[in-house]
Amino acid sequence: MSGSMEFLLWTKGPMFNIAIAIFAIGLLVRIAEIFMLGRAKNFAEARAGEWGPGLRTMVTRTVADPGTFQRAPFNVVVGWVWHIGFLMALLLFLPHIALIESLTGLSWPALPNPVISLVTSVTLVALIATLVHRMTHPVKKRISTVEDYVVWAVVFAVVLTGWLAYYRLVNPYPLVLGMHILSAEIMLILLPFTKLTHIFTTFIARWYNGAAFGRKGVQS
Amino acid sequence: MAARKPTEKTLGESLRERGVSRRGFLKFCAATASMMALPPSMAPAIAAALEKAKRPSVIWLSFQECTGCTESLTRSHAPTLEDLILDVISLDYHHTLQAAAGDAAEHAREQAMAANAGEYLVIVDGSIPGPDSNPGFSTVAGHSNYAMLMETVENAAAVIAVGTCATFGGLPAANPNPTGAMSVMDLVKNKPVINVSGCPPIPMVITGVIAHYLTFGRLPELDAYNRPMAFFGQSIHDRCYRRPFYDKGLFAKTFDDEGARLGWCLYELGCKGPTTYNACATMRWNDGTSWPVEAGHPCLGCSEPKFWDAGGFYNAVSVPTSASGMNVLAAGAAGAVVGGAVAALAKKQTKTAVTHRQPVTVEELEAKL
Repeated sequence: MSGSMEFLLWTKGPMFNIAIAIFAIGLLVRIAEIFMLGRAKNFAEARAGEWGPGLRTMVTRTVADPGTFQRAPFNVVVGWVWHIGFLMALLLFLPHIALIESLTGLSWPALPNPVISLVTSVTLVALIATLVHRMTHPVKKRISTVEDYVVWAVVFAVVLTGWLAYYRLVNPYPLVLGMHILSAEIMLILLPFTKLTHIFTTFIARWYNGAAFGRKGVQS
Repeated sequence: MAARKPTEKTLGESLRERGVSRRGFLKFCAATASMMALPPSMAPAIAAALEKAKRPSVIWLSFQECTGCTESLTRSHAPTLEDLILDVISLDYHHTLQAAAGDAAEHAREQAMAANAGEYLVIVDGSIPGPDSNPGFSTVAGHSNYAMLMETVENAAAVIAVGTCATFGGLPAANPNPTGAMSVMDLVKNKPVINVSGCPPIPMVITGVIAHYLTFGRLPELDAYNRPMAFFGQSIHDRCYRRPFYDKGLFAKTFDDEGARLGWCLYELGCKGPTTYNACATMRWNDGTSWPVEAGHPCLGCSEPKFWDAGGFYNAVSVPTSASGMNVLAAGAAGAVVGGAVAALAKKQTKTAVTHRQPVTVEELEAKL
């Protein structure tokens, strides 16, 4: 690898294959394990159905209840802002859609690039705010682990390098695009083995909670 | 053009002899200044320096190439001042252009090397089978390309690698590189090497580099790939006239849709403009007539390393070069199997633990205290 173009081609070729393989294997190991371990058989008679409350909880747990909002407005607002921003940049930016289409054959319309760039800028600010909050809030500071900071750094690196690449602020461009792809690949590799797995397990867990409540006939 | 010794005439004298007016000459100098990103005030200095410059001896070596670079240089602007500039350098050896053949041609090269030792320029187009390759893969007059290159650059002032094959290996070096093709800069380490990449490169870039060398007596400012910054300092994307469509998110999806007809951005059709550094968008081709993107075709990225191996020409820049959805599915299936095995093992361990459980009473525990 003597130059930026070679670096970019390495991230688009061999490194991408390694990252996507670790991601797919790791994630499926985790999810297959969760599903196949199953749960102890419940011999009690069900008082109500599971599906309705399960699906409802997937929504209700996503929107914070008023009590949670009053206790931690920062977490709710900033958390929402950067999660939505990240997902919009990930799923509605044309180059990302082209990548997904090349792997899955699925595609959908993209948002105009200036909208994505604005959303990304807001996401970056929100992510910095979450780090400052984590490092200054007396409780959060104490419960934060190394993994929390590693995951924050990886997510931030992905968004920052993407933003730098979009505005072409690093020269030569293949270098910054390669850095963006590499940081996304590091995120893919870490995803199955860190709390980033929540991207895939959150809604499963929420469904399970709701279903368990529903079966017992309590409000979900 | 065989065995011609560099004349003692200056460039200015030669140009006047050929009927180039003073006005035409100064216009060329001003264009060169702006092309090389120099302030306009440098134009008179360029003119003065070029007036006095002696025609340098140039030896042009052609190795594993298609002659496209020479075709580009000779045919695209005919006849212009750039052609004359090429003519008034003392081009002492060039397979395609020289009249001499056989021993006489080789003799011209040796004579130019001896007469201008330490001062002549070597221009190379085509890649070279490396020192470990079979020397018979490509030969000229019985000499392997490698031997001829090393012998010729020995006493050269500088080497200009013209075209992507000479600068980065190009097509001959594409996977699986059967001839072990290497670039000039891979092989020449003890001389300044300037790369003019492109398949083919823009003719004005070659003449511009030579003009710069004659004017300042040194090579121009180079980028990380030894390419002159004046021509390779900006990407195609940054200077593309279709850029506003990219910024607005207006893309052609196929070559014959509404977007293509309206001249929208070709990113989705595989344009490599964002990662390609060249001057096509500003200098254009065929005497400034047009260039690939203007003709409705995405940039192939021909002036960048490994452009043949950089994934499909019609895949967007963001698309991986080799991964396929099937690989991901296969990896996922393997993961599911492993996950199932892990879960089954865990279940079995739980079962074993339950069957081998040895209950302990409180009395027994207290007795141990």
